[in-house]
Amino acid sequence: MNILVCVKQVPGSSNVEVDPVTGVLKRDGIQSKMNPYDLYGVELALSLTEKYGGEVHTITMGPPQAKGVIVETICMGAKDGVVLSDRKFAGADVLATAYTISQGIKKSGKYDLIICGKQTTDGDTAQVGAEVAEFLGLPNVANVISVDEIENGSVTLNASLDEKVVKMSVKMPCLISVDGDINSPRLPSYKVKQTVTDDMVKFICFDDFEDKNPDNYGLSGSATQVERIFPPEKNSEKCTISGNPEEQTESLFNLICARKLI
Amino acid sequence: MYNKITQDDIKALCKIVGEENVICGENISPDYGHDELGGIEKMPDVLVRVHSTEEISAIMKLAWEKVIPVTVRGSGTGLVGAAVPVEGGILMETTQMNKILELDRDNLTVTVQPGVLLMELAAFAEENDFLYPPDPGEKSATIGGNISTNAGGMRAVKYGVTRDYVRALTVVMPNGEIINLGGKVAKNSSGYSLKDLVVGSEGTLCIITEAVLKLVPLPKISVSLLVPFSDMKSAIEAVPQIFRSKVTPTAIEYMSRDTILFSEDYLGKKFPDTKNDAYILLTFDGNTDEQVDADMKAVADLCLEIGAIDVYIVDTEERKKSVWSARGAFLEAIKASTTEMDECDVVVPVNKVDEFIKFTHLLADEMKVRIPSFGHAGDGNLHIYICRDNLEQKEWENTLEKCFERMYNKAEELGGLVSGEHGIGFAKKGYLKKLYGDTPIALMQGIKQVFDAKNILNPGKIMS
Repeated sequence: MNILVCVKQVPGSSNVEVDPVTGVLKRDGIQSKMNPYDLYGVELALSLTEKYGGEVHTITMGPPQAKGVIVETICMGAKDGVVLSDRKFAGADVLATAYTISQGIKKSGKYDLIICGKQTTDGDTAQVGAEVAEFLGLPNVANVISVDEIENGSVTLNASLDEKVVKMSVKMPCLISVDGDINSPRLPSYKVKQTVTDDMVKFICFDDFEDKNPDNYGLSGSATQVERIFPPEKNSEKCTISGNPEEQTESLFNLICARKLI
Repeated sequence: MYNKITQDDIKALCKIVGEENVICGENISPDYGHDELGGIEKMPDVLVRVHSTEEISAIMKLAWEKVIPVTVRGSGTGLVGAAVPVEGGILMETTQMNKILELDRDNLTVTVQPGVLLMELAAFAEENDFLYPPDPGEKSATIGGNISTNAGGMRAVKYGVTRDYVRALTVVMPNGEIINLGGKVAKNSSGYSLKDLVVGSEGTLCIITEAVLKLVPLPKISVSLLVPFSDMKSAIEAVPQIFRSKVTPTAIEYMSRDTILFSEDYLGKKFPDTKNDAYILLTFDGNTDEQVDADMKAVADLCLEIGAIDVYIVDTEERKKSVWSARGAFLEAIKASTTEMDECDVVVPVNKVDEFIKFTHLLADEMKVRIPSFGHAGDGNLHIYICRDNLEQKEWENTLEKCFERMYNKAEELGGLVSGEHGIGFAKKGYLKKLYGDTPIALMQGIKQVFDAKNILNPGKIMS
């Protein structure tokens, strides 16, 4: 069984500031890391191949340094990976990103199962997985919390719909997006890192794609444009309520009423 | 020898701290009669919640005059009964003195009240790009408690212990006098270091009401390595070799698979790896990738060379959380795995850790009792737990006594001491006396006498 996991390199800190003037993320000095939600996807893929046999491959899109995130997946147990990197891909929104990844997947191999994380911690749109499935014409299930079994070319899984869990059987090949916190992702191995060779990470660029129309990629292939990025307003107002529990409750109640919050 | 608290005393206390902060008799929660480990139990006659140095001073003047015992308590997270009022009297709770008073960026100090929690101080320091290095596992302990036990924690390998970070103290003497010890100074050769004497005195000499603590700039990069070994012997034997390589990690912890599994059960969360019997967990910090990478690589290569099964990289917030949250829960997890337990917090020279751990395994087999352990392999401070499980009361008491005696004897033989960071309190008094002998104990008693001639402050503790 061939499993592909889509991963992304995101800022390593959750406290990335936005320049209030230019609206650009201040990435200087901020290290990058694998999108935390993707770790659950990598772990699920590895545990499935441990149980059913097969190989785990990974794919990412980004600048050349995104190679680091592929190496990290190899250190966790993936066999190899692909970096989709080209200046023509720059400025892509979710649609253009999903299209680029779908082209990259077509170019890189045949997979029985494609796994995405729920969303990324920098974009937070949670759309790319579903759109990739659409472009590839694959069945798609989101919010997957566990896989029960893989048998006769189908995967039986459980997906969370907040209020309920739906159990379903999906014909492979298919694409699933996994929820966060569904497993304990294994740690990358330093020992494996020593054995990673260049040929384990393949770079694919625009010229390698089947669809060579530049209008489908990057900024020009994007259906949406970001008009402005700005930090949320900060409110540092603080108020301390003291007294015994009854007095504190009353003060809090009066305060909430005065602010017309209730 | 002590006087019972009278209604007049209660009235006087109410006048000092306000009626709502004086709780008497049966209105006092049973939690105030023991600390986190339990075992040593005694309820106070009156619980007083204090809010300022002046209030504490006024209470101590009253207690001094009336000869009433006073025991100070922070969060009650101690493990040796140091905050249990074994003579009754007044239990003074400092948790509401929880203000961070000043951050001095020029002198790299923070001034706090004693009831500030360790986790609050750590977060405050970090928000301001500083690090308060002492890092005991119990993050909900108060700073006052940490200073009183000279708590150590996981970063002691590189940064030292609480005493190394206390620059100055404001204290209230048993007679109510307020004095300042130390100062915002980096050097001090001005007579006996009374400040250092107070650190680790477990509330027996005076009451800490304000502390000036040293901070260090927050290291920009911190990475941990989780190193699996096939058995505990190989894991522990790696530690002296790491030191010999002249790389100084921030922390070196050891943990067994059993302890990790208890923690998984307790937290309901899987640890990233449980395939191996023993692990050491190391942390490296610094300001550049190159420096941290070089240290990490040197130790990783060394570990693989001497038989580690692998070296796992713990480099992101999520990974650190998955590993360190389990480490932080070990004590609670072991506690939840048994009916009752007692702990031994010995400290031995780093190169004797292996021998001591092996000894506890043999002892467990011989005494037919479960003795899980974890601890700071990098500084020789071990946390060893004797679990009661299904033992009958009498059998449990006998086993406990024999185990403790054997372990403290072994610690002494290896050049170790009774407590690395939890203190002596009430529970370990006998072992301290035995290990130190008459003269050091007499010196401690003499010091106590000078500070507290009426022996009203936390009586019955350490060496009394």
